[in-house]
Amino acid sequence: MSTLIERPLSGPSGSPAPARPTPLSRLKPKLETLPTLAAVVIFIGMIVYGEIAYGRIVQFSTVSNLLINNSYLIILAVGLTFVILTGGVDLSVGAVIAISSLVGVMLANQGWNPIAVVVLMILIGSAFGLASGILIQFFNVQPFIATLAMMFLARGLAAMLSTTPERLADDSPIRSLSTEWKVIDGPKINDLVITPTVLIAAVVVIVAFVVLHRTRLGRTVYAIGGSEQSALLMGLPVVRTKLLIYVISGTLAGLAAVVYTSKLGIAQNITGVGWELDAIAAVIIGGTLLTGGAGFVLGSVVGALVLGLMNVLITRDGSIPPEATTIITGGILLVFVLLQRLVVSRKRKT
Amino acid sequence: MSAPTPPRASIPRSGARQFAVSVVRQPYIWAVVALLLLIVINLIKDPGYLGISVNATTGNLSGNVIDILRASAPIMMIAIGMTLVIATRGIDLSVGSVMAVSGAVSMEFMNSSGDGSVGGAILAAAFAIGISAVLGAVNGVLVSIVGLQPFITTLITMLAGRGLAKVITSGQNTSASNEPFRWIANGTVFGFPVVFVIGAVIVAIVAVLIRRTALGLMIESIGINPKAARMAGIRPIGILISVYIVSGILAGIAGIFSTASVMTVEVAKTGLSAEMDAILAVVIGGTSLAGGKFSLTGSVIGALLIATLDKTIVFLAIPSSATPAFKALVIVVICLLQSRRVRALFNQRRAPRTPSAPTAPAPTAPRTTRKETVSA
Repeated sequence: MSTLIERPLSGPSGSPAPARPTPLSRLKPKLETLPTLAAVVIFIGMIVYGEIAYGRIVQFSTVSNLLINNSYLIILAVGLTFVILTGGVDLSVGAVIAISSLVGVMLANQGWNPIAVVVLMILIGSAFGLASGILIQFFNVQPFIATLAMMFLARGLAAMLSTTPERLADDSPIRSLSTEWKVIDGPKINDLVITPTVLIAAVVVIVAFVVLHRTRLGRTVYAIGGSEQSALLMGLPVVRTKLLIYVISGTLAGLAAVVYTSKLGIAQNITGVGWELDAIAAVIIGGTLLTGGAGFVLGSVVGALVLGLMNVLITRDGSIPPEATTIITGGILLVFVLLQRLVVSRKRKT
Repeated sequence: MSAPTPPRASIPRSGARQFAVSVVRQPYIWAVVALLLLIVINLIKDPGYLGISVNATTGNLSGNVIDILRASAPIMMIAIGMTLVIATRGIDLSVGSVMAVSGAVSMEFMNSSGDGSVGGAILAAAFAIGISAVLGAVNGVLVSIVGLQPFITTLITMLAGRGLAKVITSGQNTSASNEPFRWIANGTVFGFPVVFVIGAVIVAIVAVLIRRTALGLMIESIGINPKAARMAGIRPIGILISVYIVSGILAGIAGIFSTASVMTVEVAKTGLSAEMDAILAVVIGGTSLAGGKFSLTGSVIGALLIATLDKTIVFLAIPSSATPAFKALVIVVICLLQSRRVRALFNQRRAPRTPSAPTAPAPTAPRTTRKETVSA
């Protein structure tokens, strides 16, 4: 009701087009969550469709595989949520995974302490993130170009290290991060299995959720995305936060490299080509606006799972040529972007 | 960041010096410097690097420079399209996929028709360019009429386009044989590679269309301030759509260039990360990603720089998959040189007597030699 009282007062004072209060203005908080809700609806719809059409979707083993196979994508999507919330973008995450996992596998095979290797892998990600952040914040380079440069740099350095697949030794302790723990022993192979990597992803999601919604840093991230100028004028630590955002994204890319390496045990200089696009797609499907300022980290998790489930369904279907996968991804992305567009234009009208 | 210098008519200068100053002040001066640097590196490795030999029987020119010109043609095409798109505050990530689609369409067309004549080649090329134009139009409509962000719109067409190319060829790398089509990439005109000649002609046509008409001004005004442009009576929708169509068409031509040389389309590889090369060429050429002022000459030089860099890496026997690292180096150095912080440092050194020269480049500093939009 407060808007109804205030509007007539502020209307004639000089704003060029006084917005008329419409019934839609009361829907405003709901409108912002609409894309995320849509993602959840689509996710559930896909599960229902898959169960009816192909069967064996709602069962422990499928759920376990979905989580295990997409834990790295979830981690990447969480990192990108931070960046995209501020209105930036990080294109370097895929290439950072390549160099980080390559360095990790090579050092582990040379007998390095596995804990040191894991820490180093994560720090490599942080270093690339920091470099992007410095370029963006102190030299006014656009996020797109700065992270593109880091992507090229990481990809090129990885190629200098090795251009052939490097295999992690079978007895390497890093592989133990992907040990499968049976939580529920189902009939036959239908067990609920989780791996430490899934737990890592879950912890990342929870921490990111708390940071974004319960801390000052999270508030600042949303404020920068809403309007960087206003955030600056409000005295928020914009410089520090933006720098930190890219370090977070890079660090999580390093962590995703650990998760991926432990699962596959193979690293190559072409690992992770195009993963930054998958992660961006997951974030957008999850309802985060590309312009920044609005979105949810849990939405990004749903977005990542939608993409993962889509792959499962396409594999199950068999009649859809695998070549068409990217067309379907593009189509889903288009639907969600159109939905966002609708939300934004509604918001402007109210 | 890269607005061209307004003429400084304060002190009368001699013609030659004025010319030198105007060249140094060009936004793409660092690209030229980098290009020269690369050539010098090559010359150190092999003093005869720039030599061009003439084949006595066919009259064809051959040599490293000719190779570079040949390799630069596709990059030049997509870079020109990208320049126009970026000038309108947009970006076109789909050019690489459009290249693959164009290559797939032409190869599939010639493969199924089996027509080896000139007519078959023209038809295949026209078909490929037509589809590319349609993809560009999709981008344009989504950006201008629906109002989606260029980044995400072209990301979608990039994903879908790559899939489309794979669907067209059923996931196979398709080859075809058609001599006239092959001639586009491997033939020569007056000793010069056909691709480069076609590329240069297209660049010239685009440049004349853009710079001799008001079109260029309109594109710049949309990029500088869309609202003001609309109030001044410029219809952004038509211009945006045509800019994306032009980018699509040029990407289609680039796809023909790059598949014609081997007469095979590798659906997963043709045009892969070509959009990055194009953006790189544009940024190196001094056009700001923030839109507005653009430089076609700069983008052409950027494309030449990238082609030279690719060749140099191979020439120095560095594995070609390491090329991105050097590209990153070029981007970082050029971005740093263009950044206000570093430029302020240069200016300070050049004019130490200026009173109250600010040590920190405050955004409100009135003493800037270049007209800059203050961006936060």
